Amino acid sequence: MVKYITKRLVLMILTIFIIASLTFFLMHAIPGSPFNEERGTNETVQANLEEHYHLDEPLLVQYFIYMKSVVTFDFGPSIKQPTETVNDLLGRGFPISAELGIISIVVAVISGIILGVFAALRHNGIIDYMAMAFAVLGISIPNFVLATLLIQKFAVDWDVLPAATWSSPMHMILPTIALATGPMAIIARLTRSSMIETLTQDYIKTAHAKGLKPWKIVIKHALKNALMPVVTIMGTLLAGVLTGTFVIEKIFAIPGMGKYFVESINQRDYPVIMGTTVFYSAFLIGMLFLVDIAYGLLDPRIKLHKEGGE
Amino acid sequence: MLPATEEKEQQTNPSDIPDDWFKPKQKDTSEAESVVRPSLSYWEDAWHRLRKNKMAMGGLVFLILLGFMAIFGPMLSPHTVGETTLSNQNKPPSSDHWFGTDKLGRDVFTRTWFGARISLFVGIMAALIDFFIGVAYGGIAGYKGGRTDSVMMRIIEILYGLPYLLVVILLLVVMGPSLATIIVALTVTGWVGMARIVRGQVLQLKNYEFVLASQSFGAKTKRIIQKNLLPNTMGPIIVQMTLTVPTAIFAEAFLSFLGLGIQSPYASWGVMANDSLGVILSGHWWRLFFPAFFISATMFAFNVLGDGLQDALDPKLRR
Repeated sequence: MVKYITKRLVLMILTIFIIASLTFFLMHAIPGSPFNEERGTNETVQANLEEHYHLDEPLLVQYFIYMKSVVTFDFGPSIKQPTETVNDLLGRGFPISAELGIISIVVAVISGIILGVFAALRHNGIIDYMAMAFAVLGISIPNFVLATLLIQKFAVDWDVLPAATWSSPMHMILPTIALATGPMAIIARLTRSSMIETLTQDYIKTAHAKGLKPWKIVIKHALKNALMPVVTIMGTLLAGVLTGTFVIEKIFAIPGMGKYFVESINQRDYPVIMGTTVFYSAFLIGMLFLVDIAYGLLDPRIKLHKEGGE
Repeated sequence: MLPATEEKEQQTNPSDIPDDWFKPKQKDTSEAESVVRPSLSYWEDAWHRLRKNKMAMGGLVFLILLGFMAIFGPMLSPHTVGETTLSNQNKPPSSDHWFGTDKLGRDVFTRTWFGARISLFVGIMAALIDFFIGVAYGGIAGYKGGRTDSVMMRIIEILYGLPYLLVVILLLVVMGPSLATIIVALTVTGWVGMARIVRGQVLQLKNYEFVLASQSFGAKTKRIIQKNLLPNTMGPIIVQMTLTVPTAIFAEAFLSFLGLGIQSPYASWGVMANDSLGVILSGHWWRLFFPAFFISATMFAFNVLGDGLQDALDPKLRR
């Protein structure tokens, strides 16, 4: 176990290092300096600006300065809004994005599992077909389409829920639905298929023969094993929710990290792009790591100390 | 038709049985040759099962129609993609503009089918490139095994850990938004899934006798992978490709929606949806409805087709 964790930890740091380097060299592959287009800067001002942002140093020196900023997590001020540092933006945006993301993933997991279990218990019945039709629809409708649809119906036509911002629980309902539907549909389908398989296993028959109550068998015996595939894809789902927050925050005017990220891309604000990319990647890779560890702890059949060959 | 039974008891010795008791049975050749069920190849069988799946067939028919309209749709309309008529802004669907016009007076009908071209092109190209890289990589890793495999798998693990849309966004920022960039960016990390599937399959298949037979005939690695291993992996590969297409279509729409995709005057469904975000309040529903409907319907069609193929091509489900 310890060996496995160490191995994964090394791989994780390597991945973050690659992402950070990739970001740096990609950003510096763009011709010109970020200040070229700025009006009213004469050559002295530009030189000073470049010196301030270390843009006059050789690339390798810049790379080391940058790597230092990655390790200490200090990306300095934004170029377009010089009064704010990248850390300020992240500090302000991240809690909101995290809230949106966590609520959405919790809603998606709980409703997805419930939907999947009911579909499996009524295998080939009406509930099954309806749940699965709903799930395929949920996978097929892009979140930004769903979001606009929800605003149109709930906020404009019926005027029952607020359409934008993130200030009260009422404001959170529409963005959460828009973001959670896709992952929910994926979880529901996975839960259903693995539940159907689990329910045919011998130990479930034994449990029935012992005279246990059906709901107890489902919850205590079947669900525990049926949920293993769901745990496996949690990492991918987290990534989806994370990137989903970009568009959802844009549509609902939520002042989260995604909004700053999209803005920084559109404004070519390099320190902010680099900072947010590295932060997002590190966060995501860390989550993937935790999911893997959780999977290893949950499934006794996986021997973590063994080299994973097959 | 035995002779009298009392005689039988006396004649217990088999050698005493007269030869004329034996009559050759008439061989009924017509019966033996008739086949109860038609013999089907793997693909015929899969096709039969796919045909029974109404949802998947519906998806297939929709996609064929969509492909047809993507090619000929823009020709059916007198308007072009970028043609702006400022006197014709935000007109609802009419006999002239079948799907209405947008805020610059552009024809939504033409733009919708142009968007279909972009989406299908991105989806199919992404799937094809994933196929070539993923199959080659996965095939080699799986067949070679040992050190080669573990080094190749470490590379995959690292790539797999990269947040895919972030990498795509990063590449788009650097290379500038264009169709080619989107496809390159999507395939940089996209082939990993395919490589994993092919490797897993090859790892199982390479221990079968027919591979050993091929090896003993002196077949080269390339030939074994191409002729022996890959044809047996085609089922999962096709399913994976069918499911790659909607992912790529979604990614293109998503990036265009963020302003990183196809640029004006060209249209993609994501661009059109992004352009028409304001219509919620103004009530020009047709500007959002058509692109939104076709993105969702196309992804739906590919998803149900992929599901159907998964069932149809699974040899375990063969009856």
